[in-house]
Amino acid sequence: MSPRPGFVLDVDRSTPPTLFWHGERFSLERLPEGSRVIYAPEPLDPLADPSAAIRSALTHPVGDRDPLPALLRPGMTLTIAFDDISLPLPPMERPDIRQMVIEQVLDMAAEAGVDDVALIVALALHRRMTEAELRHALGDRIYDAFAPNGLLTQHDAEDPEALVHLGLTEQGEDVEINRRAAESDLLVYVNINLVAMDGGHKSVATGLASYKSLRHHHNPKTMQQSRSFMDQHRSELHSSNWRMGRLIADSGVTVFQIETTLNNDTFPSTFGFLQKREWEWGARDRLGYLAASKALDRTPPRLARQIFQSVKAPHRMTSVQAGEVEAVHALTTEHVWQQQGVSVDGQTDILTMGLPYISPYNVNSILNPILVACLGLGYFFNLYRGKPLVREGGVLIMSHPTPWEFNPVHHPSYIDFFEQVLTETTDPVEVAEGFEESFATDPWYIHLYRTGHAYHGVHPFYMWYWCAHALQHLGAVIVVGGDGPAVHRLGFRSASTLADALEMAQDVVGRSPSLTHLHTPPILMADVQ
Amino acid sequence: MKALVLERNVARFAASRVSSLLGSGRGAGIGPLQLLDAVHPDVPSDEWFPLRPLLSGICGSDLATLDGRSSRYFEDMVSFPFVPGHEVVGVLDEGGTDHAGRRMEPGARAVIEPVLGCVPRGIRPPCPRCAEGHTGLCGNVAFGDLEPGLQTGFCADTGGGWSQAGLVAHASQLHAVPESLSDEDAVMIEPTACGVHAVLSAGIADGDTVAVVGAGTLGLAVVAALDHLVRPVTPCTVMVGAKHPLQRGLAGSLGADTVVAPDQLARAVRRRSGSLVLAGRLVDGADVVFDCVGSSDSLTQSLAMVKARGKVVMVGMPGKVSIDLAPLWHRELSVVGAYAYGSESIPPGAEPRRSFELAIDLVAAAGLGSLVSAAYPLERYEEAIGHAGAAGRRGATKVVFDLRTSKGTTR
Repeated sequence: MSPRPGFVLDVDRSTPPTLFWHGERFSLERLPEGSRVIYAPEPLDPLADPSAAIRSALTHPVGDRDPLPALLRPGMTLTIAFDDISLPLPPMERPDIRQMVIEQVLDMAAEAGVDDVALIVALALHRRMTEAELRHALGDRIYDAFAPNGLLTQHDAEDPEALVHLGLTEQGEDVEINRRAAESDLLVYVNINLVAMDGGHKSVATGLASYKSLRHHHNPKTMQQSRSFMDQHRSELHSSNWRMGRLIADSGVTVFQIETTLNNDTFPSTFGFLQKREWEWGARDRLGYLAASKALDRTPPRLARQIFQSVKAPHRMTSVQAGEVEAVHALTTEHVWQQQGVSVDGQTDILTMGLPYISPYNVNSILNPILVACLGLGYFFNLYRGKPLVREGGVLIMSHPTPWEFNPVHHPSYIDFFEQVLTETTDPVEVAEGFEESFATDPWYIHLYRTGHAYHGVHPFYMWYWCAHALQHLGAVIVVGGDGPAVHRLGFRSASTLADALEMAQDVVGRSPSLTHLHTPPILMADVQ
Repeated sequence: MKALVLERNVARFAASRVSSLLGSGRGAGIGPLQLLDAVHPDVPSDEWFPLRPLLSGICGSDLATLDGRSSRYFEDMVSFPFVPGHEVVGVLDEGGTDHAGRRMEPGARAVIEPVLGCVPRGIRPPCPRCAEGHTGLCGNVAFGDLEPGLQTGFCADTGGGWSQAGLVAHASQLHAVPESLSDEDAVMIEPTACGVHAVLSAGIADGDTVAVVGAGTLGLAVVAALDHLVRPVTPCTVMVGAKHPLQRGLAGSLGADTVVAPDQLARAVRRRSGSLVLAGRLVDGADVVFDCVGSSDSLTQSLAMVKARGKVVMVGMPGKVSIDLAPLWHRELSVVGAYAYGSESIPPGAEPRRSFELAIDLVAAAGLGSLVSAAYPLERYEEAIGHAGAAGRRGATKVVFDLRTSKGTTR
């Protein structure tokens, strides 16, 4: 039986309670009659033979690009860059897609007699990955072959010697990327496309760029003009990256882009109920929910976090395409939409969502309040094409404990941003104008980014800018079950229960509002008509 | 008439110390302090004048004494039994003469500069410190005509402010209270003078980053002194770590540029300086840190946020602290005390003025009388001391005894 497409449920009297994520916990909430619940499509069937599919993609590229073996020759320099720890979510069961793809690229390089091969983690301003994380992504064989010799490196956006300025786009945007990548005879980029925002020219133009380059598109203006940044064709974020990507190509950098898509089989069988629609829960699912929720209710938050951090997703590859960047990405985007797209008729007054424990920036870490805001207002709000799910002036209600808690190793500048910037203003433009530069150039943050496992000093600003479109669009944001002071620091309202939140929302959107619940994860993209 | 009297009673001190583990001031009822019939102290000479207290504050050092937390260092500098209370505004019912030799009419209000240095003790000639006006540094506080006592309020001969009968004050201790000041303003002069002295002895330079750890009465007095006495001639940035919301609000209104929770202060200083962090300490932190708490934690925090060769000024009365001095040695830090008051010159080299005189002006200019949060009659001393011990947590700053009435007030 083929997987069923996404679905919009109209809640009536017989509808069972709806599952809401709440960080490392869940709850079942009864939504008002007439509400809508948007469910993701069921997981697409994976590729039957992913290894064969990868080989086929490498040897039958799309767009104006020769097959990979034809691009490889003795004496050349080859750089393989790949997506970092932020993808996929949750981290996938072994073998990771990056390992599967890179092993074949390396085999072809070996067959062609290419000796000068280097691997670079395209982490932009993200934190450096740990050895364990790299081993998980690449497999022990690749790690042991490259890391001890210094041939597996992590992009350093603050090392002037390791960067090269390729020029300015027609709009005056600096394009400064990793020197090794830019000066190699061939740059192979290995991507995992979890959401429609990922991939394309963004892979190199963002993943291997410097702050000087990134600031041109990671700013409030760009984010406010991206409607949404999940829709490449209406995203200023992407327009800027595309301009940069074309300049990179025009500069003589040959990029062989390899993009992959995953099905949304997100959680292992222990949490099988999370993949199902509630009215289809069987006895096993109900038992699973009860066991999980009761156990988690009794589990200290730190332990609950550790439990979830150990979860590996059974994602499977649904497509792989390689070749010229734009041609590849067009196919990738089709596959992403095929897995995640759900047609939704019209906007809603109130959008509800339960936020899970994980976002791209807290893998093996804490979802701190800024990341909570970013996950809800940045990512989930923007999971649309056409129009936002919630109308302008509407209310976003998100459920998450929002603890006033930070990982000081991963997110040191986030702590200062929360303590020192959000106390002054929550306006993204004022935040950018008043504080960004001093955080971006703070030598301590730079040191921690370069030598430790810290996100760059400017990164919390980007998380806040990610929220800019939603902050501009919404009438109110209410957090259910959040830590009051933390929620208020974010500039949001706090409610103890969903019922309270709905009552509060009516002060903004009026009586008898329409309500839509975004039932994610698994990830979906709403195509709002 | 009644007075609160502190007697040397080891068992009661022990009981108080145990009770204070539950919170400062919690042992007032079982400690060494007792409400007794007041005895007016003898007037030692015609240079001394009876002063009838109107308001008398409860200071951190009083609480430390009552809690049995005071350093044993002070044992030789007090004489029992004594009536506490060194933050005093009172009335000279019989008139008197102030520190500058000016006549004060009967009924005039005065505050006392409580240090009992050479002059009140009849030691002639005075020691070099007293001769220079730095009476707080006097080494003769256990000698001369009076029983030992570093200040009024710790001396058996002078009485103290926690008495309806009153105390005796030497002319050199008396400062007239301007008509424009309320009693609440006036009772804040003594702690304000401590802040003034600390700030003016710190050697703050143009452009310095100054951190203030703690925003109780002393911390706020330091902030006010920085804003009114230092910044007009020496621009500097003032960053305050304040534990309680009321304190944070007050620190901001008194002129602090940045006010954060105590555990955020080092990060805020680091952000301002752009400093690296080495071994948990800021490489380029604050130029000057005022520790207005005086605990192991606050001193550790202060030493961690001051820059190399920077200065930590201990304003809050410390006791025995346990601290790793390796960074002090390695980074050539200075830890200096700022006790009481003395003679100050603003700018350096100008005609010196008493810290108290500057404090009188500062209290008026900054409206520090508003820091008086509650006033209790002596009879409710257990409540008063409990309130003072939990002042910040209970939204208060300065708690005083009100000797004018038997009712008391709470703001």
